[in-house]
Amino acid sequence: WPYCRKRCSYCNFNTYVVPAVDEAAVRACLVREARALLRLSQVQSITSVFFGGGTPSLASPRTIAAVLEAVAEAAGLPAGAEVTLEANPSSTDTTRLAGFKAAGVNRLSIGVQSLDDAELRLLGREHTAAEAQGAVEAARGLFPGRTSIDLLFGLPGQSRDAWAQRLEAALRLCDDHISLYQLTLERGTALAAQVRGGTLPLPPQDLLADMYQTARTLLVAAGFRHYEVSNFARKDALSSHNLSYWRADQYIGVGPGAHGRFVPRGEGSCRREARVQTLEPVAWMREVQSQGHGTRSRVVLSPLEQVEELLTLGLRTDEGVTHERWGHFSPQLSLQAVFGAPGEAQALQEQGWLLLDSGGLRCTWAGLAVLDSLLPDLLCQLQR
Amino acid sequence: MALAGRTAALWARLRSPRLPPWLLSACERRYSSRGEEKLDMSTYPVESIRNFSIIAHVDHGKSTLADRLLEITGTISKTDRNKQVLDKLQVERERGITVKAQSASLFYNHEGTNYLLNLIDTPGHVDFSYEVSRSLSACQGVILVVDANEGIQAQTVANFYLAFEAQLSVIPVINKIDLKNADPERVEKQIEKLFDIPTNECIRISAKLGTNVEKVLQKVIEKIPPPQCNIADPLKALVFDSTFDHYRGVVANVALFGGEIAKGNKIMSAHTKKRYEVNEVGILTPNEQPTHKLYAGQVGYLIAGMKEVTEAQIGDTLFLYKQPVEPLPGFKSAKPMVFAGMYPVDQTEYNNLKSALERLTLNDSSVTVHRDSSLALGAGWRLGFLGLLHMEVFNQRLEQEYNMSVILTAPTVPYKAVLSSAKLIKEYGKDEITIINPAQFPDKFLVSEYLEPTVLGTIVTPHEYIGKIIALCQDRRAVQKDMLYIDENRVMLKYLFPLNEIVVDFYDALKSLSSGYASFDYEDAGYQAADLIKMDILLNGNPVEELATIVHNDKAYATGKLLCECLKESIPRQLFEIAIQAAVGKKIIARETLKAYRKNVVAKCYGGDITRRMKLLKRQAESKRLMRKIGNVEVPRDAFIRVLKRETD
Repeated sequence: WPYCRKRCSYCNFNTYVVPAVDEAAVRACLVREARALLRLSQVQSITSVFFGGGTPSLASPRTIAAVLEAVAEAAGLPAGAEVTLEANPSSTDTTRLAGFKAAGVNRLSIGVQSLDDAELRLLGREHTAAEAQGAVEAARGLFPGRTSIDLLFGLPGQSRDAWAQRLEAALRLCDDHISLYQLTLERGTALAAQVRGGTLPLPPQDLLADMYQTARTLLVAAGFRHYEVSNFARKDALSSHNLSYWRADQYIGVGPGAHGRFVPRGEGSCRREARVQTLEPVAWMREVQSQGHGTRSRVVLSPLEQVEELLTLGLRTDEGVTHERWGHFSPQLSLQAVFGAPGEAQALQEQGWLLLDSGGLRCTWAGLAVLDSLLPDLLCQLQR
Repeated sequence: MALAGRTAALWARLRSPRLPPWLLSACERRYSSRGEEKLDMSTYPVESIRNFSIIAHVDHGKSTLADRLLEITGTISKTDRNKQVLDKLQVERERGITVKAQSASLFYNHEGTNYLLNLIDTPGHVDFSYEVSRSLSACQGVILVVDANEGIQAQTVANFYLAFEAQLSVIPVINKIDLKNADPERVEKQIEKLFDIPTNECIRISAKLGTNVEKVLQKVIEKIPPPQCNIADPLKALVFDSTFDHYRGVVANVALFGGEIAKGNKIMSAHTKKRYEVNEVGILTPNEQPTHKLYAGQVGYLIAGMKEVTEAQIGDTLFLYKQPVEPLPGFKSAKPMVFAGMYPVDQTEYNNLKSALERLTLNDSSVTVHRDSSLALGAGWRLGFLGLLHMEVFNQRLEQEYNMSVILTAPTVPYKAVLSSAKLIKEYGKDEITIINPAQFPDKFLVSEYLEPTVLGTIVTPHEYIGKIIALCQDRRAVQKDMLYIDENRVMLKYLFPLNEIVVDFYDALKSLSSGYASFDYEDAGYQAADLIKMDILLNGNPVEELATIVHNDKAYATGKLLCECLKESIPRQLFEIAIQAAVGKKIIARETLKAYRKNVVAKCYGGDITRRMKLLKRQAESKRLMRKIGNVEVPRDAFIRVLKRETD
């Protein structure tokens, strides 16, 4: 769902603020594209569905239901499949949430972002801290154990103590899943322009590192498993949908600008492709209406590119890249054969950033925080 | 640009047969003025010849005055397009300077007599002061042009003294009197005070509008004496410039101090002792126009099968074979004063850059070229230039005329060491060596003293900036030699500078602290003893060979700090802390610490744009392979470029 009521000051996603959305038309296109791509993939069973965007909670429950019906019809959607909806606190009253639940949603991810009104204003959010709190409580009532919240840290001017306070408040409020994102100043956003123009301070590198360490320590002490760079869960409430990205499973992207990775077996192919749907909603709809889907680009991924992606994504998780997942993409050359030999990976192991053992290849506690400095070395070694 | 364009086009055609261009000249000879009758120059006896130059500070109107003189005498037709006719290079017109001297012979009837006036243009900057002095030695007088608004500037002073020392008549001309703020009276007083020329001798003109320009020509005839020489003497020709033509080889510009010369004459160079047969002689109008002969006192060109510009070195004397003469005094080979490393931005461009350099140096023998290579920047050259402007102009010509973009390192100067170690003296075969590369810097205990090149700088400035300028000069280790008020509010300062103190950013600093009003010029002033040391840059204790520099002891700390800071800015954070140090011997004199990355991982990474993320990571992986490793520290090429170019921000 690519539409928002308002653009947030930090956001550079493919989103659109329009006065009126022809929801029936968008719905019909989402359904049609989902059918077409599912048929193309010939997938037998869908393990999870994620409604993202944009602000999918602005869509009506009818639209969500229609897409889910189409998925179930085209490929089968088992009862236990995780169905997540991204929601904004400003569009999630109890009635709406009940409607989404009735439509088939069984997990909610709420964009709380902050629990401080001044910070929320800086981020250009539409809601207040109190409203966020109300939304989370309402969601927990309807989706107990399956409500996640998003928080941002490293806002311009935010201190480590202020962040620790937000975290404490979040811990009192949250359910069993929490995502903590360091604010990225994306080019072209209002916030980045203010920082570059000097009206807002750029958060220092060391402070950001401290904030991250503070959060990790606090959440782990509160019984959360730090299962991905920015994601924490307790009582096994991991997002199985997001895990499938990091394990480099197959996924189909439906809607304007959506990305997918799958083997189009419907065409008789057996090679994994990287696919992107047309970005702009009006153009996307036109394409779906005329040819059934709005796939703008499709690129066949070579075996090397596939393992490169697996490595880049897998190392973000606490389980890392397991021998089993690696073997799935590289049956001939084992993890041990590639990274056990003398080279970059061995040096990084000796320096304490990386581990290679019977579980697979993964980052150490310290290594996870600097993963982007490890990856170029590992890619160099992999390419050899 | 006509010149360069033609050269490039011909070159392209010539490349395939791989024949030296001068071999083709016989079968495909080209004249720039085909079909014209050869002139008979014998109708211009010595008494009706005047040889002169125009000298001026940048932008004071030298080239505009030359255009007008050419028009009045009918040498070129009068159109609006005559803008700096003698400045043929794009860089000359853009910068308003003359790099390559051009000359023109003008015919002018004055009071019933036909005169031959040879305007010998001079390069407009002191980097080319040797060439200026050679051009002047072919003259008997100069027109000194001064801007009526700006008054005397640094280069005016330098040029005047060159003319004065050559004992030439000086015709002072105050130009741009049409400008609103023109104050010719003030300028006349400055000229009187500084050059001891009575105010009534100045001619007030507007070269742009043509006002009083005719008067200048009359003065040239009245005040400048004809050359003192005799056709009956044996041939004695001064080479005061040379250019390279792909069809005909070297075209030498000559002034005849005796005798005559014609096609078929056998001549010899006093410097190289090589023999040639003259193929063609002529005058410049300003294009080459062949004549039957050239006679004593006249100025023109000759082509004699010389294959390289180094065979027609500026200042050399030519004479008839078997009739040797005493060579004209003052000859010296061009001596580079500023060195810089030049590397292709991309190593695959190496061969293209190499051929561009070869072609450009064909016309400029004063640039020295030595192959060099750097672990960080790859294969390249160490180039020697006459001065800073020369270096900039050369680089600009490479870019404009050959479309080459290059990495040019910050310039360095040639130091010298007087050796005390018997072993080293034996090894070098001399007791004084020139050091261009810091790697050659001999240890202190092996030398009795180090020497650095110096220049005598002239600064002319409105007096309100004196304080700041004196402070700047002191900071550059300069010693004041003179200070003189040239009028109520203008001051001329003379300082002896170590050359290396002005090669990087002195001129910019001077311009910025004087709001652009101070002017600067300098001349070679020999070597002086200096307390020099070699400074190493260390990364986590490992020296970085290509960043070693020779500095004066007084400047070691400041330079070391600057380099460390610059490196800190340009090396990306790594997984460990990096100590960036400047060291003299074992002593650390400056240090910066680049902290380790504590967090470097992208926050959000889901199904979205992994493709873009992979591209970024692979680019990083790729650049890692190209990085130079100093110990375990990875240093990107850009960091070397920034430090070697001394880029700070």
